[in-house]
Amino acid sequence: MGEYTITILIFIAIQAIVSCGLNVIVGYAGQISLGHAAFFGIGAYASALLTTRAGLTFWAALPLVVLITASIGMVLGMPSLRLREDFLAVTTIGINFIVESVFLYVPFFGGALGIGGIPSVYLFGTRLKGVLFLYMCLAFLAATLAISWRFTRSWAGLACFALREEETAASSAGVSPVRFKLTAFVIGTAMAGLGGALYAHQMRFISATDFGFPLSIMMMSMVVLGGIGTLWGPVLGALILGALPEIFRPLVDYRMLLNAAVLLMMIRFQPEGLLGEGGLLRRILPGRGGEGRG
Amino acid sequence: MDDALLRLESVSKHFGGLKAVDSVSFTMKRGEILGLLGPNGAGKTTCFNLVSGVYTPTSGRIFFEGRSTGGLPPHRMSALGVGRTFQVVKPFSSLSVLANVTVALGLRRYGGLFSSFARFDTPEVRSEAMRLLEEVGIADLAHVKSGKLPLGNQRRLELARALALRPRLLLLDETFSGLRHEETEMLSKLVREVRDGGISVLLIEHNMKVAMGLSDRLVVLDHGRLLAEGSPRTVRADPRVIEAYLGKGDASDAS
Repeated sequence: MGEYTITILIFIAIQAIVSCGLNVIVGYAGQISLGHAAFFGIGAYASALLTTRAGLTFWAALPLVVLITASIGMVLGMPSLRLREDFLAVTTIGINFIVESVFLYVPFFGGALGIGGIPSVYLFGTRLKGVLFLYMCLAFLAATLAISWRFTRSWAGLACFALREEETAASSAGVSPVRFKLTAFVIGTAMAGLGGALYAHQMRFISATDFGFPLSIMMMSMVVLGGIGTLWGPVLGALILGALPEIFRPLVDYRMLLNAAVLLMMIRFQPEGLLGEGGLLRRILPGRGGEGRG
Repeated sequence: MDDALLRLESVSKHFGGLKAVDSVSFTMKRGEILGLLGPNGAGKTTCFNLVSGVYTPTSGRIFFEGRSTGGLPPHRMSALGVGRTFQVVKPFSSLSVLANVTVALGLRRYGGLFSSFARFDTPEVRSEAMRLLEEVGIADLAHVKSGKLPLGNQRRLELARALALRPRLLLLDETFSGLRHEETEMLSKLVREVRDGGISVLLIEHNMKVAMGLSDRLVVLDHGRLLAEGSPRTVRADPRVIEAYLGKGDASDAS
């Protein structure tokens, strides 16, 4: 594998982790979020600041990063308790813009210059770069998938499915909407925080514009393309949308156009995603996907 | 604690200028099947939503087992022992029939941090859910998506889901509407069995024959107000009830 291919695969793995988090919120709990990049950014900035200013190592910072992102995720998930569907979508877009602006305009976060000099990741004295960093990302992706899968088999996961399907009936069946919507936001944003930390230490320089609204749309596209509410859907979506522009080089300049076209085609022909109910790949790969939808 | 399972004291619910429920009081005894009747728009479903916690009363008080519960949210009411079905069925459509019932079996586990992250797909939970599905007669449909069931089976599923809460009060909102004769018979029998098992039943029913046949006592609402209360026999003979349903025996009303 060339260095370039490895870099692309690292980004795909990171985006798969973050999309899995979005899938917990949107796919499992049914709460629309179009501001997921904000939490990706919060994770990246938290790790960047803790390692450059507080002098922590990547590993010491990581639990704090996840904790910080999930705490903010819980607070910013609160609009979901009062708003439904399109109103929630608009509010989460707003959250994305606010978080991006805070990073851009508050001097503490480095302003327009962003944060540079983010240290590399070391494990037992070995610097993790290139293919080693990729392996680390894949290990974290495996852990993320394991947590997602376990969540779909837990009472909390079942409670989220019930809320997604019918909130009034769910609460009459003993499910507290407040508790389990926030649970989904905490788990989903924690995964985004993990992805953000990996991103910061791969790039070693971050700035606010890396975490804008278009990235949130991209993540939503990945989830929808792969299969919303399925276990492997976000991974497949990240792989396809991450690899397509690399395979067809001329498409790079038309990335957003490509995403929009893919999204529209999916809505028209594969509304449940490639791995969802009736999806193209679901039929080819029996027993794959569909978790939490059946 | 008194003998009353459920007591409404001058309960009102206003939506803007509309008095959907207007100062209604009645008491329900333990072990009773109480029928809630009234023409369309009389406030029956609003009453259910008040008792089950979907709405907070504008004024008045609701007592369940001697405890004032007006304003508690639905998931707290279900934990206290109130199960319900819906007039317009609300299954968790993309989940299987089995999973629908399992959701309600989780009632005692949703409270704790650790218990809520325990696995739900255990053999014990599955067999408990299957037992409930057998009780309502749809065990053979356990793995079908609930959204694909015909209405009659969705109503049975809602009943199983409410029973999974092990309630002490069961609210049935037009559970018999849209059902075939045999289904109605089967469910009536089931409701009696449920009551004999110690669960009190408050039901809304448009089918007079079913309502009269099942209920020990009836409460009749009209325009949000309590119109009559008593045994099926006395309520049926009450001229005010006849008037509310059929109108006055006056030629000018014939239009």
